[in-house]
Amino acid sequence: MSESSGQSLQARNQRLLMKLVVLTLAMFGFGFALVPLYDVFCDVTGIKGVVREASSGQTDSAVDLSRSIKVTFVTNTDRKLPWTFKAEQTEVVVHPGETGEAMFTVSNPLTLAVTGQAVHNLLPGASARYFSKTECFCFTQQTLQPGETREMPLRFVIDPAMPAEISEITLGYTFFELARGADVAAYGPN
Amino acid sequence: MSDTHIATDHHDHHDEPARGFMRWLTTTNHKDIGTLYLLFALVMFFVGGAMALVIRLELFQPGLQFVNPQFFNSMTTVHALVMIFGGVMPAWVGFANWMIPMMIGAPDMALPRLNNWSFWILPFAFTLLITTFFLPGGAPAGGWTLYPPLVLQTGDALPFAIFAVHFLGASSIAGAINVVATVFNMRAPGMTLMKLPLFVWTWIITAFLLIATMPVLAGAVTMLLTDKFFGTSFFAAAGGGDPVMFQHIFWFFGHPEVYILILPAFGVVSAIIPTFARKPLFGYSSMVYASASIAFLSFIVWAHHMFTVGMPLAGELFFMYTTIMIAVPTGVKIFNWVATMWQGSMTFETPMLFAIAFLVLFTIGGFSGLMLGVTPVDFQYHDTYFVVAHFHYVLVTGAVFSIMAGAYFWLPKWTGHMYDEKLGKLHFWVSVISVNVLFFPQHFLGLAGMPRRIPDYSVQFADWNMVSSIGGFVFGFSQLLFVVVVIKCIRGGVKATDRVWEGAHGLEWTVASPAPYHTFNTPPAPAAIEGGMR
Repeated sequence: MSESSGQSLQARNQRLLMKLVVLTLAMFGFGFALVPLYDVFCDVTGIKGVVREASSGQTDSAVDLSRSIKVTFVTNTDRKLPWTFKAEQTEVVVHPGETGEAMFTVSNPLTLAVTGQAVHNLLPGASARYFSKTECFCFTQQTLQPGETREMPLRFVIDPAMPAEISEITLGYTFFELARGADVAAYGPN
Repeated sequence: MSDTHIATDHHDHHDEPARGFMRWLTTTNHKDIGTLYLLFALVMFFVGGAMALVIRLELFQPGLQFVNPQFFNSMTTVHALVMIFGGVMPAWVGFANWMIPMMIGAPDMALPRLNNWSFWILPFAFTLLITTFFLPGGAPAGGWTLYPPLVLQTGDALPFAIFAVHFLGASSIAGAINVVATVFNMRAPGMTLMKLPLFVWTWIITAFLLIATMPVLAGAVTMLLTDKFFGTSFFAAAGGGDPVMFQHIFWFFGHPEVYILILPAFGVVSAIIPTFARKPLFGYSSMVYASASIAFLSFIVWAHHMFTVGMPLAGELFFMYTTIMIAVPTGVKIFNWVATMWQGSMTFETPMLFAIAFLVLFTIGGFSGLMLGVTPVDFQYHDTYFVVAHFHYVLVTGAVFSIMAGAYFWLPKWTGHMYDEKLGKLHFWVSVISVNVLFFPQHFLGLAGMPRRIPDYSVQFADWNMVSSIGGFVFGFSQLLFVVVVIKCIRGGVKATDRVWEGAHGLEWTVASPAPYHTFNTPPAPAAIEGGMR
């Protein structure tokens, strides 16, 4: 390696180094870009089993009396949240297009106020895009005072366009804790 | 960089380095750094191997005898991290450092100071990782894949483990950048891309896989860190995140990672088989294209690690088809190696024995991989010992055997002495028998339904677990033979010729044995490059 070509070689090495460092940083960014991309992908395909929140005027489609769908409710609380949370009825049967209703009860046995939020999941995942909730306690955070018990309604409509092979749907809710005690104030009143 | 100038100014070949610790700490010489990497990898093989023996000891009989379940899970987790990031990857970077400049007729790596850094990060990273055993809550025990929410239950060890992964990523990215810069800019005149030895080709592809995927892993573990300590909810369902998303991001890194571990092995075997078959490599350019195809496909198969998370049918079909498609370029390579041996005048020195064992046993691992790639049956095999058997066939008898093959192949070039062939063959035969006793029964265990990462099991699994453990102990302790061979070879032995092996071709065999501290300060003659190609 002669001195003159050594200089230009060093410059070429530095340039390539810079390019590869930029590529590395870009891939680091790509890792984070996967987060919104993942959500978009799941939204488009409905594979996460996340229920659509219906706009209010969407319940006017004709009721399909020829089919009945059984909706089963499953309630859970996170390991760290000692609330009792149950569905007043384990299942309801509705016709597609008809508004279904269910009541849930949650109570806080602690001597502290606790704020929690319910996260939902729908099985089979393919039903998610046809399942619209018009009213749900899971839309907002719930703050329960010490010893408080609360009844919470759920209203939903199943789109008649749902494929015929789906005759049973399981809707699961899990309550997670967001804050307790003094931290509740940070989340404001319910 | 200034060092290479000083070195060229000296213009002599007896400018041996300073002695003592500072030589190794401050060295920018590719051969020194290659040696450091290889020795570090050897130490880590024994550290990770000791953990594997704890696992096999506990599994020798049903019931809990020696360790508690938490520690057992730490063993499986840290064993994997140590073997992947401390054993196999540094070993390949070590080979790259030693051999790539000599194979392409370059005086050193393109970025020698970066090279020094990328090695010396490693001891610190592994100190971080190993010290987690002494922290409250113990070492990480949620599996090397670090799935949330389980991994977030790790005690004080979590940030240590995550920073260790960051360091390891930085080290391997730096190493990969160096390889790319070296091969792109430092090739001797006349060393065109399609004349590169396959080891160089497979390494350049590996380097791009590293640069493309290690930062994604760094991002994923950073998200774990912020989820745990800074209140973000990337993977926490309570805040609207999704734990399954971690699996997608992790395996977007994780599947290319397995080709990072195995592609350089393809290169080593492509150097060894032609040497001892005394025939040119069959289908050189198809080997290059097959390697590149495998690398490309590795980016679009990741979800075959997670068929059971509840993907839509279309997704499962897509990932099944792309996964099985990988068998095509891999098959091209296997058949090329077999065709290279066909009607060759073969001899069976230790490197060739390891290479042939690689060929046979890696193919077995590939076949079990095909079975796992078929979605409906994967639901049965998922998280069983069948998976454990599969990836140990491709990583131990695949990657590790080819590391052994490469070490025996180039030891005479590195040390200037022939290794003890008798001991080498003994090491091979004990290894190849015991490794099959160790891992083959795990196929049966998995098919019978034994889950992985569990310290106890039902009694119907007892017999094959005992057989597997016996194989494990024989295999583990027989690796001490390799250490004996290496030490003996460094200290003395029959003087090696420059060419070392009768059928060896390539620039590295045109320099003296042992390879002088500086080689190819003047580029090799084009005729020597043509002589290397056959």
